[in-house]
Amino acid sequence: MTIKTVRNLRRISQIIFFGIFFWLILKTNFEVNFSPTESGEIFLSYPVSIALELDPLTALATLLANGTIYKGLLWSLVVLIPTIFMGRFFCGWVCPLGTLNHWISEIPSERLKRKGRGKIESNRYKKYHRIKYYIFFVFIAAALAGSLQIGVLDPLSFLARSIGTVILPTAHIGANGLLGWVKSTGFAPLSAIAQFIYNILSPVFLTFRQAHFHTILTLGLMFIAVIVMNRIFTRFWCRGICPLGAMLGIFSRYAIFGLEKKASTCDGCQKCVLHCQGADNPDTGAKWHQPECVLCLNCQASCPTGSLKFKFFPNLEKTEGSPASTQRVDISRRKVLASTIGGLAMVPMFRAGDAFEINADSKLIRPPGSMAENEFLQRCIRCSQCMRVCPNNALHPTFMESGLEGIWTPILIAKIGYCEPTCTLCGQVCPTGAITELTQREKVGDNDTRPNRIGTAFINRGRCLPWAMATPCIVCEEWCPTSPKAIYLREETVIDSRGEEVKVKQPHIDPNLCTGCGACEYACPVSDKAAVYITAVGESRSVSNQILLQRRKNERRIQGEEI
Amino acid sequence: MERREFIKKTSGAIGLAVVSGLVGFEFHNRETAVYQPHIFKTGSFEVPPDNSLPSIALARNENHPAALNAALDAVGGIRRFIRPGERVTVKPNVGWDRLPKQGANTNPELVAEMVRLCLAAGAAEVIVTDITCNDARRTFLRSGIKEAAERAGARVILASEDDFVMTDLGGEILTVWPVLKYFIETDRFINMPITKQHSLSSCTIAMKNLYGILGGRRNQLHQQIDQSIVDLASFVRPTLTVVDVTRVMMRNGPQGGSVADINIENTVICSLDQVAADARACEFLGLKAENVGHITLAARTGLGNLDYNSIGYKEIMS
Repeated sequence: MTIKTVRNLRRISQIIFFGIFFWLILKTNFEVNFSPTESGEIFLSYPVSIALELDPLTALATLLANGTIYKGLLWSLVVLIPTIFMGRFFCGWVCPLGTLNHWISEIPSERLKRKGRGKIESNRYKKYHRIKYYIFFVFIAAALAGSLQIGVLDPLSFLARSIGTVILPTAHIGANGLLGWVKSTGFAPLSAIAQFIYNILSPVFLTFRQAHFHTILTLGLMFIAVIVMNRIFTRFWCRGICPLGAMLGIFSRYAIFGLEKKASTCDGCQKCVLHCQGADNPDTGAKWHQPECVLCLNCQASCPTGSLKFKFFPNLEKTEGSPASTQRVDISRRKVLASTIGGLAMVPMFRAGDAFEINADSKLIRPPGSMAENEFLQRCIRCSQCMRVCPNNALHPTFMESGLEGIWTPILIAKIGYCEPTCTLCGQVCPTGAITELTQREKVGDNDTRPNRIGTAFINRGRCLPWAMATPCIVCEEWCPTSPKAIYLREETVIDSRGEEVKVKQPHIDPNLCTGCGACEYACPVSDKAAVYITAVGESRSVSNQILLQRRKNERRIQGEEI
Repeated sequence: MERREFIKKTSGAIGLAVVSGLVGFEFHNRETAVYQPHIFKTGSFEVPPDNSLPSIALARNENHPAALNAALDAVGGIRRFIRPGERVTVKPNVGWDRLPKQGANTNPELVAEMVRLCLAAGAAEVIVTDITCNDARRTFLRSGIKEAAERAGARVILASEDDFVMTDLGGEILTVWPVLKYFIETDRFINMPITKQHSLSSCTIAMKNLYGILGGRRNQLHQQIDQSIVDLASFVRPTLTVVDVTRVMMRNGPQGGSVADINIENTVICSLDQVAADARACEFLGLKAENVGHITLAARTGLGNLDYNSIGYKEIMS
């Protein structure tokens, strides 16, 4: 097998893994063709979170933050252990964001046509590459202090979030708009072709309903920034930012596989540097940095004289005409220490603010089964799988509802969608256990179990039709899904503007029965700001964020009846 | 400056200025196209009356499809309602994400049997659809209706935004509303409601089930619920109303959520008269039609008869 074949294998591997990653995100979705089970419980038919579970950074950081490696995260050893022996093959061969950056960087441009010194110079090892190690140590220290921040910049979380909550919903509106525009031209053959293409693609790429996401702009801008930077520096993210790349670079410390340079045959053409993805100085005469190398093999494949060779137990020593290679990352102990202190200090600073518990946002309504806020922030990697899978589009990335510490973690916005009582999909897809996996019975409750509550509903009597406007309406009560209903009605006689008596049924909330699902808020006809709304108080996950001294169990269920 | 360059520059500038001016004046104060929906007005799918047959029949049988067949045969059999080659839309109540045993949606066995009967009578196509309250995917799935109806040969449709047509319902308060097109662009309309308690309209049975043909903000209809229901029932005249009284939701309607809310009645009512169907079925909820606002209003409007005995009422007990 020649080196060119191996390089082609790398290209195929990138395409396949990118395809799998994208396909898994598409499949993180409530599909119409699920088959019902006897109990009516619905399970996803694919292990859609498997790609996120391969992430060693997620595994390490959650381990440091909460002391366990959740469910499928053990799979990350499949990436980590070969890295220890081989180096950052993951970045060059597997990582979907690395692949995307690679592709975007290599689209022909003025910059790439300028095949001279400029390009070669930009592909050399630079000091800014160290930033990723600082980020890594800051985040790892923050995890140790109990706040999981790696999700903000972890490449797999970042890409899953960008595709799931930005790209696909945007494509959905865009595709519908384009189709509508083509049809509006009134040119029948074109409309027919457009419709035909749409009918083929939409079941694969578009969701059943158009999704809308809170704070999509912050996510979209970050994604655009990452993509655009590739046009200025090849794989800027991978070289300078990626904390997972940094971790894998650090774990390459004792790699037994690497690049051997033969200065005696090198003619100094520097084609290797021209095509280098990792900017690790593959040419003779410069120091090769193993932790930067993503094993793309471009250097060896482009070397006309055969002076570069990847092999097991390479000679990394200084030879005549070439300095010794290094397997150490290029940051000093002092800087590691400084980053660590910074990361450790960040967490008490977050907590000295008011967003965590002290003055927590009343709209910080976490998905059902979420852990208490402290544990939640030790686990959530903001991958947005829960948001994408929610059939009601109820879950959204936060902006500042949980402070900067919790940016892009999930909240429920009932105006857009409520929590379906028997649905347990968000817990099923969560790769880190920030949302625990509930059974339907645990969620709805039964004789022995209280239902899982995410908040409590309140009536705004100033906006409610029967309370404020002498107008009949019982929509919130109709939609209340508990049995018996948490919203009960009292018939009252009120006086309307003409002085006439009107009998209306006014809604009241029984906080003992309310689970905070938000169906009432969703259905309320006072559409811009609902007259009944949920806030987080009363959520099962919190000991302190409660109203009642004690919530009774559901009385009917105490009688031992089947739900 | 050379002459050539002078001509090129000035003519370019003048040209651009002229085009800008023309575009400005051409579009100045132009009225943008006003959206003119294509408005549909048909909504009647009735068959001619036949005084030799009862117009309403009730059958009780633990075998639910058998109960449906018995009641249907009493009012003339499926061939009275469905002619070969016709398109049929069956509208069960598929409102809520509930299991069949919780009795919030029409019994899937009955829906499947109805589909089979229509196809056996030569229907070209049987569509089963509804505008759900909860998510359509979950609701059609967990109600068991998607699976049962598809197995029986129906085309089950989960509505999308493009499937609505603006329709003039011509009612007192319901005028132009988006209606799911499968309820209009069809030859026969079979309403298959279920019997449930409802806090505002006392009961939700046949006429109230027609809410499910509407898109838009139908949560506003509750402000004048009786008139809304009657407006809908005046617009949609189903070929046949088949009331599922196999499981009756006595309280916590219209969603329920517990089998404790359900009475088992094992009964099916077939009726050509929507008002009579509601009047008979509401008795299972312990109601009298005279006390139910929308049923009496419908009778006063002339949509049907409160007194179901007067139109030939038949009971078949197994």
